[in-house]
Amino acid sequence: MTPNPLVQSSFASEPRRPVRGAISRWKVEAGLSVLPLRHARAGGVPKVSLQGISLSYKTNDGSQLLALDNITLKVKPGEFLCIVGPSGCGKSTLLHLIAGLQQATSGNVLVDDKIVQGTGTDRILIFQELGLFPWLTVGQNVEFGLKMKAVPKKEREEKTQYYLRLVHLSQFKDSYTHQLSGGMRQRVALARALATEPDVLLMDEPFAALDAQTRDLLHEELERIWAETGRTIIFVTHNVREAVRLGDRVALMTFRPGRVKQEYLIDLPRPRVLEDITVAKSAREILDDLREEINKSLEEQYGQEEVSA
Amino acid sequence: MKRFARHAIFYGALIAIWAVLAKLKMWPPYVFPTPKGVAESLWAGFADHSFWIAIAVSMKRMLLGYSLSVVLGMVLGLGVASNKFLEETVGGLLVSLQSLPSICWLPLAVLWFGLTEKAILFVVVMGSLLSVTIAMEAGRQQMPKIYSMAGRNLGARGFKLFWYVLLPASLPFILSGLKQGWAFAWRSLISGEMIFVSLGLGQLLMMGRDLNDMSQVIAVMMLIVAIGYIVDGLVFKTIERRLQHKWGLAPAT
Repeated sequence: MTPNPLVQSSFASEPRRPVRGAISRWKVEAGLSVLPLRHARAGGVPKVSLQGISLSYKTNDGSQLLALDNITLKVKPGEFLCIVGPSGCGKSTLLHLIAGLQQATSGNVLVDDKIVQGTGTDRILIFQELGLFPWLTVGQNVEFGLKMKAVPKKEREEKTQYYLRLVHLSQFKDSYTHQLSGGMRQRVALARALATEPDVLLMDEPFAALDAQTRDLLHEELERIWAETGRTIIFVTHNVREAVRLGDRVALMTFRPGRVKQEYLIDLPRPRVLEDITVAKSAREILDDLREEINKSLEEQYGQEEVSA
Repeated sequence: MKRFARHAIFYGALIAIWAVLAKLKMWPPYVFPTPKGVAESLWAGFADHSFWIAIAVSMKRMLLGYSLSVVLGMVLGLGVASNKFLEETVGGLLVSLQSLPSICWLPLAVLWFGLTEKAILFVVVMGSLLSVTIAMEAGRQQMPKIYSMAGRNLGARGFKLFWYVLLPASLPFILSGLKQGWAFAWRSLISGEMIFVSLGLGQLLMMGRDLNDMSQVIAVMMLIVAIGYIVDGLVFKTIERRLQHKWGLAPAT
Protein backbone atom coordinates (compact mmCIF):
# COMPACT_ATOMS: atom_id res chain seq x y z
CA MET A 1 0.00 0.00 0.00
CA THR A 2 1.37 3.37 -0.95
CA PRO A 3 1.23 6.03 1.73
CA ASN A 4 -1.15 8.88 1.18
CA PRO A 5 0.42 12.11 0.03
CA LEU A 6 0.84 14.27 3.05
CA VAL A 7 0.72 17.91 2.23
CA GLN A 8 2.60 19.94 4.72
CA SER A 9 0.81 23.10 5.66
CA SER A 10 2.83 25.86 4.07
CA PHE A 11 1.98 28.27 6.85
CA ALA A 12 3.13 26.13 9.71
CA SER A 13 6.40 27.95 10.10
CA GLU A 14 4.81 31.33 10.48
CA PRO A 15 5.00 32.80 13.95
CA ARG A 16 1.82 32.22 15.82
CA ARG A 17 0.16 34.98 17.72
CA PRO A 18 -0.99 33.56 21.03
CA VAL A 19 -4.44 34.47 22.26
CA ARG A 20 -4.09 35.08 25.94
CA GLY A 21 -7.41 33.85 27.29
CA ALA A 22 -7.18 30.45 25.72
CA ILE A 23 -3.58 29.94 26.72
CA SER A 24 -4.14 30.72 30.36
CA ARG A 25 -7.19 28.45 30.49
CA TRP A 26 -5.18 25.65 28.99
CA LYS A 27 -2.43 26.03 31.53
CA VAL A 28 -4.77 26.11 34.47
CA GLU A 29 -6.76 23.08 33.45
CA ALA A 30 -4.34 20.71 31.87
CA GLY A 31 -0.80 21.95 31.85
CA LEU A 32 1.33 21.71 28.75
CA SER A 33 3.33 18.82 30.11
CA VAL A 34 0.62 16.35 29.07
CA LEU A 35 1.12 17.03 25.40
CA PRO A 36 4.35 15.14 24.70
CA LEU A 37 2.84 11.94 26.17
CA ARG A 38 0.63 11.64 23.17
CA HIS A 39 3.53 11.98 20.78
CA ALA A 40 5.50 9.34 22.61
CA ARG A 41 2.73 6.88 21.89
CA ALA A 42 2.61 7.65 18.20
CA GLY A 43 4.17 5.47 15.57
CA GLY A 44 4.28 1.73 15.12
CA VAL A 45 1.06 -0.17 14.55
CA PRO A 46 -1.82 2.10 13.53
CA LYS A 47 -4.63 2.27 16.04
CA VAL A 48 -7.29 2.23 13.38
CA SER A 49 -6.74 1.14 9.85
CA LEU A 50 -9.32 1.19 7.10
CA GLN A 51 -8.50 -1.13 4.23
CA GLY A 52 -10.33 -0.54 1.00
CA ILE A 53 -13.70 0.23 2.53
CA SER A 54 -16.48 0.40 -0.02
CA LEU A 55 -20.18 0.67 0.51
CA SER A 56 -22.93 0.52 -2.04
CA TYR A 57 -26.64 0.24 -1.56
CA LYS A 58 -29.78 0.03 -3.60
CA THR A 59 -31.64 3.26 -4.18
CA ASN A 60 -35.40 3.49 -4.47
CA ASP A 61 -35.33 3.22 -8.27
CA GLY A 62 -33.40 -0.02 -7.99
CA SER A 63 -30.00 1.17 -9.14
CA GLN A 64 -26.85 0.64 -7.11
CA LEU A 65 -25.37 3.72 -5.51
CA LEU A 66 -21.72 3.68 -4.57
CA ALA A 67 -21.52 5.70 -1.36
CA LEU A 68 -17.96 4.97 -0.32
CA ASP A 69 -15.27 3.92 -2.73
CA ASN A 70 -12.16 2.10 -1.61
CA ILE A 71 -11.31 4.18 1.42
CA THR A 72 -7.95 3.48 2.93
CA LEU A 73 -6.85 5.40 5.98
CA LYS A 74 -4.52 4.87 8.88
CA VAL A 75 -4.83 6.56 12.23
CA LYS A 76 -1.95 6.52 14.65
CA PRO A 77 -2.50 5.85 18.35
CA GLY A 78 -3.37 9.09 20.09
CA GLU A 79 -3.83 10.91 16.81
CA PHE A 80 -6.58 13.43 16.22
CA LEU A 81 -7.83 12.89 12.68
CA CYS A 82 -10.47 15.13 11.19
CA ILE A 83 -12.46 14.11 8.16
CA VAL A 84 -14.03 16.88 6.11
CA GLY A 85 -16.16 16.71 3.01
CA PRO A 86 -19.27 18.15 1.40
CA SER A 87 -22.57 16.99 2.81
CA GLY A 88 -23.60 13.70 1.29
CA CYS A 89 -20.06 12.42 0.85
CA GLY A 90 -20.65 9.59 3.30
CA LYS A 91 -18.42 10.79 6.10
CA SER A 92 -21.01 10.00 8.76
CA THR A 93 -21.57 6.61 7.19
CA LEU A 94 -17.85 5.98 7.40
CA LEU A 95 -17.96 6.57 11.16
CA HIS A 96 -20.92 4.20 11.50
CA LEU A 97 -18.90 1.58 9.65
CA ILE A 98 -15.93 2.03 11.98
CA ALA A 99 -18.27 1.85 14.97
CA GLY A 100 -19.66 -1.39 13.57
CA LEU A 101 -23.22 -0.12 13.40
CA GLN A 102 -23.23 -0.72 9.67
CA GLN A 103 -21.58 -3.31 7.47
CA ALA A 104 -19.28 -2.35 4.61
CA THR A 105 -19.88 -3.94 1.23
CA SER A 106 -16.19 -4.71 1.04
CA GLY A 107 -13.03 -3.89 2.90
CA ASN A 108 -11.98 -4.19 6.51
CA VAL A 109 -11.81 -2.08 9.62
CA LEU A 110 -8.80 -2.94 11.75
CA VAL A 111 -8.12 -1.85 15.29
CA ASP A 112 -4.65 -2.68 16.59
CA ASP A 113 -4.10 -4.75 13.43
CA LYS A 114 -7.10 -6.97 14.16
CA ILE A 115 -10.20 -7.02 12.00
CA VAL A 116 -13.23 -5.87 13.96
CA GLN A 117 -16.82 -6.78 13.25
CA GLY A 118 -19.93 -5.39 14.87
CA THR A 119 -19.98 -2.91 17.69
CA GLY A 120 -17.40 -2.87 20.43
CA THR A 121 -16.67 -0.60 23.34
CA ASP A 122 -13.15 -0.05 22.07
CA ARG A 123 -14.72 2.28 19.49
CA ILE A 124 -17.36 4.64 20.80
CA LEU A 125 -19.27 6.94 18.50
CA ILE A 126 -20.70 10.26 19.57
CA PHE A 127 -23.66 10.79 17.30
CA GLN A 128 -24.55 14.05 15.67
CA GLU A 129 -27.92 13.87 17.44
CA LEU A 130 -26.07 12.62 20.57
CA GLY A 131 -28.66 9.93 21.38
CA LEU A 132 -28.58 10.62 25.08
CA PHE A 133 -31.18 8.55 26.89
CA PRO A 134 -33.93 10.88 28.11
CA TRP A 135 -35.24 8.34 30.61
CA LEU A 136 -31.94 8.35 32.49
CA THR A 137 -30.30 11.09 34.52
CA VAL A 138 -27.01 12.59 33.43
CA GLY A 139 -25.13 10.32 35.83
CA GLN A 140 -26.99 7.24 34.65
CA ASN A 141 -26.27 8.16 31.04
CA VAL A 142 -22.57 8.36 31.75
CA GLU A 143 -22.73 5.12 33.69
CA PHE A 144 -24.62 3.26 30.95
CA GLY A 145 -21.68 1.78 29.04
CA LEU A 146 -20.06 0.58 32.25
CA LYS A 147 -23.30 -1.05 33.32
CA MET A 148 -23.47 -2.89 30.01
CA LYS A 149 -19.92 -4.07 30.62
CA ALA A 150 -21.06 -5.36 34.03
CA VAL A 151 -18.51 -3.24 35.87
CA PRO A 152 -19.05 -3.45 39.66
CA LYS A 153 -21.25 -0.73 41.10
CA LYS A 154 -18.59 0.96 43.17
CA GLU A 155 -16.17 1.27 40.28
CA ARG A 156 -19.01 2.52 38.09
CA GLU A 157 -19.79 5.28 40.52
CA GLU A 158 -16.18 6.33 40.79
CA LYS A 159 -15.71 6.45 37.05
CA THR A 160 -18.98 8.30 36.54
CA GLN A 161 -17.84 10.88 39.06
CA TYR A 162 -14.46 11.16 37.43
CA TYR A 163 -15.74 11.69 33.92
CA LEU A 164 -18.48 14.06 35.02
CA ARG A 165 -15.82 16.13 36.70
CA LEU A 166 -13.68 15.96 33.57
CA VAL A 167 -16.46 17.65 31.58
CA HIS A 168 -17.40 19.96 34.46
CA LEU A 169 -20.87 18.55 35.03
CA SER A 170 -20.54 17.11 38.53
CA GLN A 171 -23.39 19.10 39.97
CA PHE A 172 -25.76 18.01 37.19
CA LYS A 173 -25.44 14.32 37.95
CA ASP A 174 -29.10 13.95 38.88
CA SER A 175 -30.58 16.21 36.21
CA TYR A 176 -32.38 14.85 33.19
CA THR A 177 -30.85 15.62 29.84
CA HIS A 178 -33.70 17.84 28.65
CA GLN A 179 -32.94 20.17 31.53
CA LEU A 180 -29.50 20.93 30.11
CA SER A 181 -28.36 23.35 27.45
CA GLY A 182 -27.04 22.18 24.10
CA GLY A 183 -23.41 22.54 25.10
CA MET A 184 -23.96 20.70 28.36
CA ARG A 185 -25.63 17.85 26.52
CA GLN A 186 -22.60 17.65 24.26
CA ARG A 187 -20.42 17.27 27.30
CA VAL A 188 -22.68 14.55 28.72
CA ALA A 189 -22.32 12.66 25.44
CA LEU A 190 -18.56 13.10 25.62
CA ALA A 191 -18.45 11.88 29.22
CA ARG A 192 -20.69 8.93 28.37
CA ALA A 193 -18.40 7.93 25.54
CA LEU A 194 -15.21 8.41 27.57
CA ALA A 195 -16.55 6.51 30.58
CA THR A 196 -16.37 3.20 28.73
CA GLU A 197 -12.71 4.06 28.16
CA PRO A 198 -12.60 3.39 24.46
CA ASP A 199 -9.32 3.43 22.58
CA VAL A 200 -10.97 5.27 19.74
CA LEU A 201 -13.45 8.08 19.99
CA LEU A 202 -15.54 8.67 16.89
CA MET A 203 -17.25 12.03 16.70
CA ASP A 204 -19.87 12.83 14.09
CA GLU A 205 -20.22 16.60 13.66
CA PRO A 206 -20.78 16.91 17.39
CA PHE A 207 -20.60 20.70 17.52
CA ALA A 208 -22.52 21.55 14.35
CA ALA A 209 -25.67 22.69 16.10
CA LEU A 210 -24.02 24.84 18.74
CA ASP A 211 -23.59 28.58 18.96
CA ALA A 212 -20.11 29.95 18.32
CA GLN A 213 -19.14 30.64 21.93
CA THR A 214 -20.20 27.25 23.18
CA ARG A 215 -18.38 25.63 20.31
CA ASP A 216 -15.16 27.50 21.05
CA LEU A 217 -15.38 26.42 24.65
CA LEU A 218 -15.99 22.81 23.72
CA HIS A 219 -13.09 22.87 21.27
CA GLU A 220 -10.84 23.87 24.13
CA GLU A 221 -12.29 21.23 26.40
CA LEU A 222 -12.05 18.52 23.80
CA GLU A 223 -8.43 19.41 23.10
CA ARG A 224 -7.69 19.34 26.82
CA ILE A 225 -9.49 16.04 27.41
CA TRP A 226 -7.82 14.51 24.40
CA ALA A 227 -4.43 15.54 25.75
CA GLU A 228 -5.31 14.26 29.22
CA THR A 229 -6.73 10.93 28.17
CA GLY A 230 -4.55 10.19 25.15
CA ARG A 231 -7.43 8.77 23.12
CA THR A 232 -7.39 8.38 19.38
CA ILE A 233 -10.06 10.61 17.89
CA ILE A 234 -11.66 10.50 14.47
CA PHE A 235 -13.70 13.63 14.10
CA VAL A 236 -16.07 14.23 11.21
CA THR A 237 -17.10 17.76 10.30
CA HIS A 238 -18.11 19.85 7.33
CA ASN A 239 -16.34 22.84 8.88
CA VAL A 240 -12.77 23.03 7.58
CA ARG A 241 -11.70 25.58 10.16
CA GLU A 242 -12.91 23.36 12.94
CA ALA A 243 -10.97 20.49 11.43
CA VAL A 244 -7.77 22.54 11.27
CA ARG A 245 -8.40 23.89 14.77
CA LEU A 246 -8.60 20.40 16.22
CA GLY A 247 -6.83 17.89 14.01
CA ASP A 248 -3.30 16.59 13.77
CA ARG A 249 -4.29 15.59 10.30
CA VAL A 250 -7.23 16.41 8.05
CA ALA A 251 -8.56 14.03 5.43
CA LEU A 252 -10.66 15.54 2.66
CA MET A 253 -13.36 13.37 1.14
CA THR A 254 -14.84 13.65 -2.33
CA PHE A 255 -18.50 13.93 -3.14
CA ARG A 256 -20.24 10.71 -4.15
CA PRO A 257 -18.69 8.28 -4.27
CA GLY A 258 -16.81 9.19 -1.13
CA ARG A 259 -13.07 8.81 -1.56
CA VAL A 260 -10.16 10.22 0.34
CA LYS A 261 -9.06 12.99 -1.99
CA GLN A 262 -6.23 14.45 -0.02
CA GLU A 263 -4.67 14.41 3.41
CA TYR A 264 -3.14 17.39 5.16
CA LEU A 265 -0.77 17.34 8.08
CA ILE A 266 -1.56 20.16 10.47
CA ASP A 267 1.45 20.75 12.65
CA LEU A 268 0.42 24.06 14.11
CA PRO A 269 1.34 24.40 17.77
CA ARG A 270 -1.33 23.66 20.34
CA PRO A 271 -3.46 24.87 21.93
CA ARG A 272 -4.90 26.46 18.84
CA VAL A 273 -7.57 29.08 18.48
CA LEU A 274 -10.20 29.13 15.78
CA GLU A 275 -9.58 32.79 14.97
CA ASP A 276 -5.85 32.33 14.66
CA ILE A 277 -4.41 33.50 11.35
CA THR A 278 -2.41 30.30 10.88
CA VAL A 279 -5.53 28.22 11.41
CA ALA A 280 -7.37 30.37 8.90
CA LYS A 281 -4.59 30.10 6.34
CA SER A 282 -4.35 26.34 6.59
CA ALA A 283 -8.11 26.12 6.36
CA ARG A 284 -8.05 28.32 3.25
CA GLU A 285 -5.82 25.83 1.49
CA ILE A 286 -8.06 22.90 2.25
CA LEU A 287 -11.17 24.92 1.50
CA ASP A 288 -10.00 25.54 -2.05
CA ASP A 289 -9.80 21.81 -2.62
CA LEU A 290 -13.11 21.26 -0.88
CA ARG A 291 -14.85 23.87 -3.02
CA GLU A 292 -14.48 21.66 -6.09
CA GLU A 293 -16.33 18.90 -4.30
CA ILE A 294 -19.02 21.25 -3.05
CA ASN A 295 -19.52 22.46 -6.62
CA LYS A 296 -19.93 18.87 -7.73
CA SER A 297 -22.60 18.29 -5.10
CA LEU A 298 -24.37 21.51 -6.08
CA GLU A 299 -24.26 20.58 -9.75
CA GLU A 300 -25.91 17.31 -8.94
CA GLN A 301 -28.66 19.02 -6.98
CA TYR A 302 -29.38 21.65 -9.62
CA GLY A 303 -29.17 19.03 -12.31
CA GLN A 304 -31.85 17.00 -10.60
CA GLU A 305 -34.05 20.04 -10.20
CA GLU A 306 -33.83 20.77 -13.91
CA VAL A 307 -34.80 17.22 -14.73
CA SER A 308 -37.83 17.33 -12.49
CA ALA A 309 -38.90 20.79 -13.72
CA MET B 1 -61.07 23.34 44.45
CA LYS B 2 -63.38 24.87 41.87
CA ARG B 3 -63.25 21.64 39.92
CA PHE B 4 -64.09 19.65 43.02
CA ALA B 5 -67.06 21.94 43.69
CA ARG B 6 -68.37 21.44 40.16
CA HIS B 7 -68.08 17.68 40.56
CA ALA B 8 -69.81 17.76 43.93
CA ILE B 9 -72.69 19.81 42.55
CA PHE B 10 -73.07 17.54 39.52
CA TYR B 11 -73.06 14.26 41.44
CA GLY B 12 -75.16 15.72 44.25
CA ALA B 13 -77.78 16.78 41.72
CA LEU B 14 -77.66 13.38 40.04
CA ILE B 15 -78.27 11.58 43.34
CA ALA B 16 -81.00 14.06 44.26
CA ILE B 17 -82.87 13.42 41.00
CA TRP B 18 -82.39 9.71 41.51
CA ALA B 19 -83.77 9.96 45.07
CA VAL B 20 -86.78 11.98 43.90
CA LEU B 21 -87.55 9.53 41.11
CA ALA B 22 -87.28 6.62 43.52
CA LYS B 23 -89.49 8.45 46.00
CA LEU B 24 -92.22 8.77 43.36
CA LYS B 25 -92.42 4.94 43.35
CA MET B 26 -93.19 4.79 39.64
CA TRP B 27 -91.34 1.44 39.45
CA PRO B 28 -90.92 -1.36 41.99
CA PRO B 29 -87.61 -1.30 43.94
CA TYR B 30 -86.23 -4.36 42.11
CA VAL B 31 -86.42 -2.30 38.94
CA PHE B 32 -85.43 1.09 40.32
CA PRO B 33 -83.66 1.05 43.70
CA THR B 34 -83.31 4.02 46.04
CA PRO B 35 -79.90 5.64 46.64
CA LYS B 36 -80.28 4.64 50.25
CA GLY B 37 -80.84 1.00 49.27
CA VAL B 38 -77.70 1.01 47.12
CA ALA B 39 -75.68 2.62 49.90
CA GLU B 40 -76.93 -0.03 52.29
CA SER B 41 -76.00 -2.77 49.84
CA LEU B 42 -72.52 -1.32 49.53
CA TRP B 43 -72.16 -1.12 53.28
CA ALA B 44 -73.47 -4.64 53.80
CA GLY B 45 -71.25 -6.03 51.08
CA PHE B 46 -68.11 -4.58 52.62
CA ALA B 47 -69.28 -5.43 56.14
CA ASP B 48 -69.70 -9.14 55.42
CA HIS B 49 -66.48 -9.14 53.38
CA SER B 50 -68.16 -10.49 50.25
CA PHE B 51 -67.14 -7.36 48.30
CA TRP B 52 -63.59 -7.48 49.59
CA ILE B 53 -63.28 -11.11 48.59
CA ALA B 54 -64.75 -10.41 45.16
CA ILE B 55 -62.37 -7.49 44.62
CA ALA B 56 -59.40 -9.55 45.74
CA VAL B 57 -60.33 -12.44 43.46
CA SER B 58 -60.95 -10.19 40.47
CA MET B 59 -57.79 -8.15 41.00
CA LYS B 60 -55.70 -11.28 41.31
CA ARG B 61 -57.02 -12.49 37.96
CA MET B 62 -56.44 -9.08 36.46
CA LEU B 63 -52.87 -8.84 37.65
CA LEU B 64 -52.05 -12.33 36.48
CA GLY B 65 -53.82 -12.05 33.15
CA TYR B 66 -52.63 -8.55 32.44
CA SER B 67 -48.99 -9.21 33.30
CA LEU B 68 -49.09 -12.27 31.10
CA SER B 69 -50.49 -10.37 28.19
CA VAL B 70 -48.02 -7.52 28.66
CA VAL B 71 -45.07 -9.90 28.54
CA LEU B 72 -46.48 -11.89 25.63
CA GLY B 73 -47.60 -8.75 23.83
CA MET B 74 -44.19 -7.14 24.10
CA VAL B 75 -42.39 -10.17 22.76
CA LEU B 76 -44.92 -10.56 19.97
CA GLY B 77 -44.97 -6.85 19.18
CA LEU B 78 -41.18 -6.65 19.04
CA GLY B 79 -41.05 -9.73 16.86
CA VAL B 80 -43.60 -8.33 14.48
CA ALA B 81 -41.90 -4.94 14.41
CA SER B 82 -38.47 -6.33 13.68
CA ASN B 83 -39.37 -8.67 10.86
CA LYS B 84 -41.00 -7.57 7.64
CA PHE B 85 -42.47 -10.98 6.90
CA LEU B 86 -44.01 -11.28 10.36
CA GLU B 87 -45.29 -7.73 10.09
CA GLU B 88 -47.17 -8.49 6.91
CA THR B 89 -48.57 -11.84 8.03
CA VAL B 90 -48.95 -11.92 11.80
CA GLY B 91 -49.39 -8.15 12.02
CA GLY B 92 -52.28 -8.23 9.61
CA LEU B 93 -53.90 -11.13 11.43
CA LEU B 94 -53.64 -9.32 14.76
CA VAL B 95 -55.33 -6.22 13.42
CA SER B 96 -58.20 -8.25 12.01
CA LEU B 97 -58.55 -10.25 15.22
CA GLN B 98 -58.92 -7.00 17.11
CA SER B 99 -62.44 -6.62 15.78
CA LEU B 100 -63.43 -9.75 17.70
CA PRO B 101 -64.92 -8.92 21.13
CA SER B 102 -62.83 -10.74 23.66
CA ILE B 103 -65.82 -12.47 25.25
CA CYS B 104 -66.13 -14.45 22.02
CA TRP B 105 -63.08 -16.36 23.21
CA LEU B 106 -65.01 -17.66 26.21
CA PRO B 107 -66.80 -20.60 24.53
CA LEU B 108 -63.47 -21.72 23.10
CA ALA B 109 -61.76 -21.25 26.46
CA VAL B 110 -64.44 -23.27 28.27
CA LEU B 111 -64.10 -26.12 25.81
CA TRP B 112 -60.32 -26.07 26.13
CA PHE B 113 -59.93 -25.52 29.85
CA GLY B 114 -63.39 -26.33 31.27
CA LEU B 115 -65.07 -24.06 33.79
CA THR B 116 -61.80 -23.21 35.43
CA GLU B 117 -59.62 -20.30 36.43
CA LYS B 118 -57.57 -20.90 33.28
CA ALA B 119 -60.56 -20.23 31.06
CA ILE B 120 -61.11 -16.82 32.63
CA LEU B 121 -57.41 -16.01 32.46
CA PHE B 122 -57.42 -16.97 28.81
CA VAL B 123 -60.24 -14.53 28.11
CA VAL B 124 -58.46 -11.76 30.01
CA VAL B 125 -55.22 -12.38 28.14
CA MET B 126 -56.97 -12.46 24.78
CA GLY B 127 -58.77 -9.27 25.71
CA SER B 128 -55.65 -7.23 26.22
CA LEU B 129 -52.96 -9.11 24.30
CA LEU B 130 -53.84 -7.59 20.95
CA SER B 131 -53.78 -3.99 22.07
CA VAL B 132 -50.51 -4.50 23.88
CA THR B 133 -48.97 -6.21 20.85
CA ILE B 134 -50.12 -3.59 18.41
CA ALA B 135 -48.99 -0.81 20.75
CA MET B 136 -45.58 -2.42 21.17
CA GLU B 137 -45.18 -2.86 17.45
CA ALA B 138 -46.11 0.75 16.78
CA GLY B 139 -43.95 1.91 19.67
CA ARG B 140 -40.94 0.03 18.39
CA GLN B 141 -41.37 1.59 14.97
CA GLN B 142 -42.01 5.11 16.25
CA MET B 143 -39.12 4.97 18.67
CA PRO B 144 -36.25 7.07 17.32
CA LYS B 145 -33.62 4.75 15.83
CA ILE B 146 -30.85 6.70 17.49
CA TYR B 147 -31.56 5.10 20.89
CA SER B 148 -31.04 1.58 19.71
CA MET B 149 -27.90 2.62 17.82
CA ALA B 150 -26.55 4.48 20.84
CA GLY B 151 -27.31 1.46 23.02
CA ARG B 152 -25.52 -0.94 20.71
CA ASN B 153 -22.64 1.47 20.38
CA LEU B 154 -22.23 1.50 24.17
CA GLY B 155 -22.13 -2.26 24.30
CA ALA B 156 -25.75 -3.26 24.90
CA ARG B 157 -26.76 -6.48 23.19
CA GLY B 158 -29.62 -8.97 23.17
CA PHE B 159 -31.67 -8.91 26.32
CA LYS B 160 -29.73 -5.99 27.81
CA LEU B 161 -30.45 -3.93 24.72
CA PHE B 162 -34.13 -4.77 25.02
CA TRP B 163 -34.39 -4.21 28.75
CA TYR B 164 -32.24 -1.12 29.17
CA VAL B 165 -32.83 0.61 25.86
CA LEU B 166 -35.65 -0.58 23.63
CA LEU B 167 -38.20 -0.96 26.41
CA PRO B 168 -37.66 2.37 28.17
CA ALA B 169 -37.23 4.16 24.85
CA SER B 170 -40.54 2.91 23.54
CA LEU B 171 -42.46 3.30 26.79
CA PRO B 172 -43.91 6.74 26.00
CA PHE B 173 -45.15 5.33 22.71
CA ILE B 174 -46.69 2.18 24.16
CA LEU B 175 -48.14 3.62 27.32
CA SER B 176 -51.50 4.45 25.78
CA GLY B 177 -51.62 0.92 24.37
CA LEU B 178 -50.83 -0.54 27.78
CA LYS B 179 -53.61 1.57 29.24
CA GLN B 180 -56.04 0.45 26.59
CA GLY B 181 -54.93 -3.14 27.20
CA TRP B 182 -55.75 -2.76 30.88
CA ALA B 183 -59.21 -1.39 30.08
CA PHE B 184 -59.91 -4.25 27.67
CA ALA B 185 -58.65 -6.81 30.16
CA TRP B 186 -60.90 -5.35 32.85
CA ARG B 187 -63.97 -5.56 30.59
CA SER B 188 -63.14 -9.09 29.48
CA LEU B 189 -62.66 -10.19 33.05
CA ILE B 190 -66.02 -8.90 34.25
CA SER B 191 -67.82 -10.40 31.26
CA GLY B 192 -66.06 -13.69 31.80
CA GLU B 193 -66.90 -13.74 35.49
CA MET B 194 -70.56 -13.03 34.75
CA ILE B 195 -70.95 -16.10 32.63
CA PHE B 196 -69.94 -18.72 35.09
CA VAL B 197 -69.82 -19.01 38.85
CA SER B 198 -66.34 -18.01 39.82
CA LEU B 199 -66.45 -15.57 42.74
CA GLY B 200 -65.22 -12.18 41.61
CA LEU B 201 -67.11 -8.99 40.87
CA GLY B 202 -68.80 -10.30 37.73
CA GLN B 203 -70.38 -13.07 39.67
CA LEU B 204 -71.61 -10.70 42.39
CA LEU B 205 -73.31 -8.76 39.66
CA MET B 206 -75.09 -11.84 38.35
CA MET B 207 -75.98 -12.89 41.88
CA GLY B 208 -77.78 -9.56 42.32
CA ARG B 209 -79.77 -10.31 39.21
CA ASP B 210 -80.61 -13.85 40.39
CA LEU B 211 -81.85 -12.50 43.70
CA ASN B 212 -83.78 -9.65 42.09
CA ASP B 213 -81.58 -7.41 44.22
CA MET B 214 -81.23 -4.32 42.07
CA SER B 215 -79.48 -2.44 44.89
CA GLN B 216 -76.66 -4.94 44.82
CA VAL B 217 -76.47 -4.82 41.02
CA ILE B 218 -76.08 -1.06 41.09
CA ALA B 219 -73.63 -1.24 44.02
CA VAL B 220 -71.38 -3.70 42.19
CA MET B 221 -71.57 -1.69 39.00
CA MET B 222 -70.40 1.35 40.94
CA LEU B 223 -67.59 -0.70 42.38
CA ILE B 224 -66.47 -1.83 38.92
CA VAL B 225 -66.48 1.73 37.64
CA ALA B 226 -64.64 2.95 40.74
CA ILE B 227 -61.88 0.38 40.43
CA GLY B 228 -61.43 1.05 36.73
CA TYR B 229 -61.28 4.76 37.42
CA ILE B 230 -58.83 4.45 40.27
CA VAL B 231 -56.40 2.29 38.29
CA ASP B 232 -56.60 4.59 35.31
CA GLY B 233 -56.47 7.80 37.31
CA LEU B 234 -53.87 6.81 39.86
CA VAL B 235 -51.64 4.16 38.36
CA PHE B 236 -51.50 5.11 34.69
CA LYS B 237 -51.75 8.85 35.19
CA THR B 238 -48.87 8.71 37.66
CA ILE B 239 -46.70 6.73 35.27
CA GLU B 240 -47.63 9.08 32.49
CA ARG B 241 -46.77 12.15 34.50
CA ARG B 242 -43.45 10.71 35.57
CA LEU B 243 -42.54 9.81 32.03
CA GLN B 244 -43.43 13.24 30.78
CA HIS B 245 -41.36 14.80 33.50
CA LYS B 246 -38.34 12.63 32.77
CA TRP B 247 -38.53 13.08 29.04
CA GLY B 248 -39.24 16.76 29.38
CA LEU B 249 -42.48 16.46 27.42
CA ALA B 250 -44.45 18.53 29.92
CA PRO B 251 -43.59 20.87 32.75
CA ALA B 252 -43.16 19.10 36.06
CA THR B 253 -46.11 19.44 38.39
